[in-house]
Order: sequence, then C-alpha cells, then structure tokens
Amino acid sequence: MLKIEGLTAEVDGKPILNGIDLEVPAGGIHAIMGPNGSGKSTLSYVLAGREGYEITGGSVTFDGIDLLALEPEERAASGLFLAFQYPVELPGVGNALFLRTALNAIRRHRGEPELDAMQFLKVARQRMQALSMPEDMLRRGVNVGFSGGEKKRNEVLQMALLQPRLAILDETDSGLDIDALKIVAEGVNALRAPDFSALVITHYQRLLDYIVPDRVHVLMGGRIVQSGGPELAQQLEASGYASVQAAA
Amino acid sequence: MPAVTETIDTVQSLTEGTYKYGFETDIEMEFAPKGLNEDIVRFISKKKNEPQWLLDWRLKAYAGWLKMEEPLWAAVKYPPIDYQDAFYYAAPKAGPKSLDEVDPELLKTYAKLGIPLKEQAILAGVEGAGESPADSGRMPIAVDAVFDSVSVATSYKERLGKEGIIFCSISEAVQNHPELVRQYLGTVVPQGDNFYAALNSAVFTDGSFVYIPKGVRCPMELSTYFRINAKSTGQFERTLIIADEGSTVSYLEGCTAPMRDENQLHAAVVELVALDDATIKYSTVQNWYPGDAEGRGGIYNFVTKRAQCRGKRSKVSWTQVETGSAITWKYPSCVLLGDDSVGEFYSVAITNNRQQADTGTKMIHVGKRTSSTIVSKGISAGRGQNTYRGLVRVAPTASNARNFTQCDSLLIGDQCGAHTVPYIENRCMTAKTEHEATTSRIAEDQLFYCRQRGMTQEDAVGLIVNGFCREVLKELPMEFAVEAQKLLQISLEGSVG
Ligand SMILES: Nc1ncnc2c1ncn2[C@@H]1O[C@H](COP(=O)(O)OP(=O)(O)OP(=O)(O)O)[C@@H](O)[C@H]1O
Ligand SMILES: [Mg+2]
Repeated sequence: MLKIEGLTAEVDGKPILNGIDLEVPAGGIHAIMGPNGSGKSTLSYVLAGREGYEITGGSVTFDGIDLLALEPEERAASGLFLAFQYPVELPGVGNALFLRTALNAIRRHRGEPELDAMQFLKVARQRMQALSMPEDMLRRGVNVGFSGGEKKRNEVLQMALLQPRLAILDETDSGLDIDALKIVAEGVNALRAPDFSALVITHYQRLLDYIVPDRVHVLMGGRIVQSGGPELAQQLEASGYASVQAAA
Repeated sequence: MPAVTETIDTVQSLTEGTYKYGFETDIEMEFAPKGLNEDIVRFISKKKNEPQWLLDWRLKAYAGWLKMEEPLWAAVKYPPIDYQDAFYYAAPKAGPKSLDEVDPELLKTYAKLGIPLKEQAILAGVEGAGESPADSGRMPIAVDAVFDSVSVATSYKERLGKEGIIFCSISEAVQNHPELVRQYLGTVVPQGDNFYAALNSAVFTDGSFVYIPKGVRCPMELSTYFRINAKSTGQFERTLIIADEGSTVSYLEGCTAPMRDENQLHAAVVELVALDDATIKYSTVQNWYPGDAEGRGGIYNFVTKRAQCRGKRSKVSWTQVETGSAITWKYPSCVLLGDDSVGEFYSVAITNNRQQADTGTKMIHVGKRTSSTIVSKGISAGRGQNTYRGLVRVAPTASNARNFTQCDSLLIGDQCGAHTVPYIENRCMTAKTEHEATTSRIAEDQLFYCRQRGMTQEDAVGLIVNGFCREVLKELPMEFAVEAQKLLQISLEGSVG
C-alpha cells in the first residue's frame, strides 16, 4: 500500500532524511521508534505534503500512485491521515464546523453525499461517545484551550470520522493518561481492516501493548537502522538506543 | 422557506465565480442630463414632486457643497473625480405603482440577486418556517429595493401598517408623512456635515424611510437592497430611521452593482434616531463591485452613516461586513446623548487585489454612563490596503462613560497593508476607555492542518478568516450571517497560493 524508496529530504538546506526505505502492506500496522530529532515527524510531514521540505531523492507511492506529486488535500482525499504530534489551534473556528468541513471535503472526493449539520452531529456524537469525549468539545474552538490529552483525543476523533486508509500517528500517545491511551488504541484497532494500514510513531513500547504492530522500525539520523517484530520495541525499552547504534 | 432558499441559492451561485452580481439589466431608463448644477437639483426635486421646503433644503446643500473641498485625509488613493461626468438621476421608465406593476425584467434582476420582492413568496416562506430546527424562530423580512435612483418596491407594507410602522421609500415618505421627514431629515447628519453628505443632500434620489411608533417591537427584519445598474450613474440614497420611545427594530442593508470598467460613485447618507429606551440594530453586507484584479472599475463608496441615541437608555448597534467597492470611506458613528445610552460597532472589512478601505467609527459620549463597544476586524490580501480609523470622544458631561475598543488585523500575503488609527479624546475624569489591537497572519501550520484534513487552500483560508471574524459575524441576523461567511471566502479567492 505504502512504498518508500531511498527517500531523502532537507529543510533549509539541512539534510534530515537520508535514504528511507519502508514498505507497509495493506492491513499492516508498523511502528516507528527513534530518538528525539531523528526525523520521525519530518518523515510524517513529507508524506503528508507539508511545505518547506525539499525532496532531494527517492520516491513514495501510495497504491501505486506517486504520492509526492499530490497536493496535501489530494493526499488526504486518497485516504492519508496524519495525527499531528502538536495539533494546531484555530481560534474562532468551531470544532464542529471544522470537523464537518473536513468530513464533507473527504466525502466529496469519495463521491459520497455531504452531511448536513444534523446528520453530522449524529455521527460525531457516536464517535465521541466511543472515545469518551465530552460533547462540549464540539462547541469549542479547534484545539483552543484543549489540554494536551484532549488535543490528542481530538486527533483520534478526526481519524475515526474521516476513516482513512493510511493513518500516521505521530506520538499520539504522548501526554495521554493510561485510560486515554487505551481509548486511543481502541480507536485505531477499530479501524483495523484488510485495507487499512497505520504508521505508529511512538517513544513508548506501552502503546504497542495495545496496538500490536506487525513490524517495528528504528529511525536514527534520518535512516531506518533496524527493523524487527514487536519484540524489538521491548528490547529498546530495556536497553535504549545505544545498543542499536552499536549494532548499526 | 423560499426567502431563505433563495438566499442560499444565491450564495451557491456566488461560490462558483468571483463576482456573480456583475450582470446588467436591460431596461428602459430615464436619465436627467449628465452633470451637476442647480437645474439638476430642481429637476430631481420636481420629478419627485417635492414640497418647496425640500427643494430649498436641497439648494442650500448644493450651494454649500460648491464651497467645500473633497476630503483627502483618508488613507486611500484615486484619480480626481469629475462630478460633471455622471448622471445624477436614472429611473426605470415605467414607474411602478404597486408590486404587480413592477417591470418583469426588474423582478428578474432581483430574483437573480436572491431578493424576494413578492409578498406571496415571503408569506409562503413564513408558513414554511420551522420545518427544520435551524429555521425555527426566523423572522420574515420586509424588503425595500432601490434600483439606481428610485425605490421600485416595498413589500409587506400592510402588515407593518397594522402596527403603525412606516416602512417605505423616502420619496413616498416625503409625500405621505412630510411632517416626520421634515422633523428629522438632516438632524443627525446636517447638510454641510462633509463634502459627500452635502452632495447627497443636494441630489439624493431615494432610499428607505422607517418609523417605529412608541413601544412597538418591529415584528420582522426590515431590509433594503441597493443596486446600481445604469452606466455612469451615481447613487445617492438617503435612509432615515426613527425609533420612537421603547421601540425596537432590526434593519438590513445589502448592495450590489454590475461589473464595469469605470468607477461609479456611491455617496449615501444614513441617519438613525433612537429615542428613550429604543433600540436600533443596523446591519450591512456591502458587496458593491470591487473592480478587477488590476484595479480597473469598481464602486467608490463614500458614505456617511450616523446614529443619535437621543433618548435615555437608547441603543444603536452597527454591524457591517464590507467586502466590495474599490474604495470604502465609511465611519458609522453613534452620538450618545441620552444618559445610559449604548453604542456598538462591529465591523469586518476585507480588501483584496487593489481594494482600499478606510473605515471605522466614531463614538461620541455626551450623556452620563454612556457606553460603547467597538470590534473591528480588518483583513487584507493581495495588494489591498485596510485602515481602521476610529474616534472615541468623551465630553466632560459623560461621567462614568465606558468604551472598549478592539481592532484586529489579519494579513494574507506580503503585499498588503493594515493600519490602525485610533483617536481617543477623553475629557472626563471618571470615564474609562480601553483599546486593544493585534495584527496577525494566517500561519502556515494552520493552513497545512486544514489541508491535511482534505480542505482546499481556499476553503482553509475561508474557515480561518471566518473564525477570525466570528465575534462580528455572530452579531448578524441568521440569513445575513450565512451570506456574509460565503462572501468573505469569495472575496479572498486567489489571495493565497
Ligand atoms: N524547519 C526546520 N528548520 C531546521 N531544522 C529543522 C526543521 N524542522 C526539523 N528540523 C530538524 O530536523 C531534525 C528532525 O526533526 P523531527 O521533528 O523530524 O524529529 P523527531 O524524530 O520527530 O523528534 P521528536 O521525537 O523529538 O518528536 C531535528 O534535528 C530538527 O531540529
Ligand atoms: Mg516528532
């Protein structure tokens, strides 16, 4: 489903990604771990199409389509979703309006009818209950004044509503309490299907107890230096990245 | 309800292009000869069958205007206007007597604009109200439509008449209620107030007149749609609204014009009078043709709007969404004479491409414990220039007066400008004034966040801009708010990317 080959990218002339090779098959859940500043968020932004990152080499295909040639909204429309490490605040923009605008944009692309305010509310309420989110979060400005955990849950709510085919979760577990962690994991697991894949970026093996990955990759210095099964995450938890560095 | 559906349809057609009101109506028109002189003033007055006092009033204004200089202090630039190169009177030839006699072409025009003139349509709309929860509680809207120089139709008159409310064109008011017109005309904006007000006083052709009797809550929104259609025509409408003791009224004003290469002048005067315990809410969505991307054509909108809160505890609230016009020169103001009277000004002004706006308000505190609130949101994109110019003056008599001013500017791109010019003159020890100002840009991460969720760049800008303007938009009546939100987005098309 997602195929990254020899991907290199720079920011302001500084190389950050130094040749990434990664393939996530349909239905696969892959985890990416790695020390601070190793390029995990950069990889997720490059995949989602954020401006300011210069692709200097390599290729990315999504279902065989050249992903890098698409605008960010086209990537979203074709099913790519990024849960932000730092969700962005939109003052004055009601969360409900934001979510509905996003959902209808995606539905338009899929050729599905748009939802009016009432239909949307019904769907949103269901999803929010599943995520134990209080309903007043719909009325507040997007992420404005949300606590760290609330922001992350709002990302998962968006994911649940938009039903992507490839979800990239950038440290969605950071800042979540234990209960919230389980809820978020359930949110991801609920989407599990033969044509749903996920890239789960995390620092903690704990999340992977709930979202059990098929593969775990270690990203260091803008490269994947080691890959393995779920046991790799446990190993890292025990001995840190120094051991990987030595092995690489 | 059809009235709403029509508005929404219009809005939908609006979203498909940049300026959809640019069409022209082919209608037989009657013009006064081009140019401006005393004879033209007499011609207009005669056409309207006016009493002598009003002709004298016009002539006095004209004589004063001749001696006045065009104001140049606003932060706007335009080539000199040749006041002799315009028509000062243009009217559809077949003057309508009632709604049924309105030229079908004209009705079509208004239908295109989404303005329901036919009372049946509106009444049908009332019956349909409450179908969906979002529609419930909406008031019907009575409409006065001004086409070039004359008012062509006022709907809903009878129902309003039962309450003693007068809502008609000002020409009709001169004929049918001369005592009221004479008592109030020019008492808020005197003939010689400023260059454009003097010009308007000399040649004003039509506009709306509203009188709400004592203790009456106007049961529906009153609204006027102004349309400049004819070529080389100035529009000089005059609106006068009087809210008698304890009455309440909400009034909406909408404006459009065809696309033309030439600049057309619009110099209106609006006077509001609120007596004891009266409330007037005046909302404008101004969408005059703004000119093309290179700055060719567009309306020069030089307007004087002022309210007097004469009565104790009276209240006037101005809400404006200014998206159109090549140049906007406009300062809706409140003179707070009555003790405990309240003035409010909520404004969104957008300038894109080569548009220029110099707009703001004046709050003049005279009465005790008077209070005013100013919320101004300026958005500049393209090469647009946006100036907020505001004056808060507190007289020594205005003990314990309060003012709160908030001016926020949003910049889109790096070739536009935003300027804030607040004047505060506080001559009263016990009065308090507060001023807050911010300037911001749409952040790249905000746009990216929206686009990652599937929205186009333009939808994202629209959403963020609407968020920025929320405090103002929520002051608008429901139907207008929807229209205004779409308009904001359309006005900014092509401003990013
Ligand atoms: N706009 C930028 N300008 C300069 N350097 C940048 C920019 N964006 C990212 N970097 C650098 O790129 C490197 C990778 O950053 P990135 O955010 O991808 O790391 P990360 O793996 O997500 O780290 P963390 O675990 O702390 O979230 C860092 O050294 C960072 O400072
Ligand atoms: Mg990161």
